[in-house]
Amino acid sequence: MKIGVLALQGDFAEHLAVLRRLGVEAVEVRLPGELDGLDGLIIPGGESTTIGKLAMAYGLMEPLRAFGKEKPVWGTCAGAIFLSKDARRDQPLLGLMDITVQRNAFGRQVDSFEVGLDIPALARVSKKNPPFYAVFIRAPLIESVDAPGAETLAKLDDGAIVAAQQGRLLATSFHPELNDDDRFHQYFLTLVDG
Amino acid sequence: MAKNGKKEVASFKVKAGLAQMLKGGVIMDVVTAEHARIAEEAGAVAVMALERVPADIRAHGGVARMSDPGLIEQIMAAVSIPVMAKVRIGHFVEAQILEALGVDYVDESEVLTPADEAHHINKHDFKIPFVCGCRNLGEALRRIGEGAAMIRTKGEAGTGDVVEAVRHARSVLGEIRRLENMRDEELMAYAKDIQAPYELVKETKELGRLPVVNFAAGGLATPADAALMMQLGVDGVFVGSGIFKSGDPAKRAAAIVKATTHYNNPEILAEVSRNLGEPMVGRQISDMPEEQKIAGRGW
Repeated sequence: MKIGVLALQGDFAEHLAVLRRLGVEAVEVRLPGELDGLDGLIIPGGESTTIGKLAMAYGLMEPLRAFGKEKPVWGTCAGAIFLSKDARRDQPLLGLMDITVQRNAFGRQVDSFEVGLDIPALARVSKKNPPFYAVFIRAPLIESVDAPGAETLAKLDDGAIVAAQQGRLLATSFHPELNDDDRFHQYFLTLVDG
Repeated sequence: MAKNGKKEVASFKVKAGLAQMLKGGVIMDVVTAEHARIAEEAGAVAVMALERVPADIRAHGGVARMSDPGLIEQIMAAVSIPVMAKVRIGHFVEAQILEALGVDYVDESEVLTPADEAHHINKHDFKIPFVCGCRNLGEALRRIGEGAAMIRTKGEAGTGDVVEAVRHARSVLGEIRRLENMRDEELMAYAKDIQAPYELVKETKELGRLPVVNFAAGGLATPADAALMMQLGVDGVFVGSGIFKSGDPAKRAAAIVKATTHYNNPEILAEVSRNLGEPMVGRQISDMPEEQKIAGRGW
């Protein structure tokens, strides 16, 4: 199994470290040709405007869309925004997932937070499935999950959607790559295996 | 650790985490909302809101202070990316004001005139994260000990001469490489020698890198300068006067963003470096009298 991490900008090194800890071959992707031979792709946290502009500049938009139609892709924070079809703002989006996101939905950096989340789907990789400790940084909110095939994986206490899945596509508002808890990465790898 | 369902704000993880999201990116100095929009459009990951870029601070002379909150707010309103702003070294009230404004990151910066010649701000007291400058590993770890959630090597701001940025990055990264080869019983003596907290020296050795994100700053003016710093091993770059003191800021800004991503790809570096117009004029540091250098500010 070989997983790519989009390395245009952001915390791609953190994702690579988790994947390598899990014994998976993981490589950086900056140009379209580097998608060849990959079994899955992670789009990291970062600034979604920067990632979008660099993807446009180097001809990655269509290759990424084609990749996501065939293979699993997971976006964390900026990556989730980039996967969405609507970010309520004019910026380059892949539009692979039928979700609407709101950028910086919780406010500015002073409002960034950590919280324990119940994520029933993680029972697939963790029998006891304790709360998942999630880090939100100037995080987006998934305003709505807009297709019958798309489902909500996690919510905050107030009902705000912070993780969603559509087929083999995953979006999280938070950053599992910043924790020592590898369950979300393991869950993504089950989508690659399956 | 946050209990299930209960939010915990302003933890160190969240403060240092924003810097992790900026990695591989370019943070640009801007003095107007219009500059900020140009920077965002070029692909900046954040902007530093200032009244004057460092080259103008040098030319203007006098005391350099925190920018007018009105200007910072205009810049915050103009862009969706994070906005940073500078306070004077040790001026914790300027930092309180920036926290009240809701700025995303505070730079306790040697570019402004220091307000305290012995003490830096106790950054643990704040909800907003701080970035601080350093010239070597000891200075970096002292700042992290005070609560800095991000470090930048200082370079010599406002010169367009990258030599000091290289010196400081080589110093920090080289010292970490030497530290990695030390035996554990040597760490206390080393901590004493570089005047750094022992626990942070130990953590740096274990990680093989600084415990927080480390950008380069001070004198970068071209795409090649940005790629040079990335290849030396920093996590991202600050470009101050180098963009808006050049002939074609929008084009140069976009080129520096691309060079920072593709820092290891000489073909792309050649392509983005082409036809950028005049770079900032610059000022050679080897000709500069010692008293005009600002990197020495910070204790």
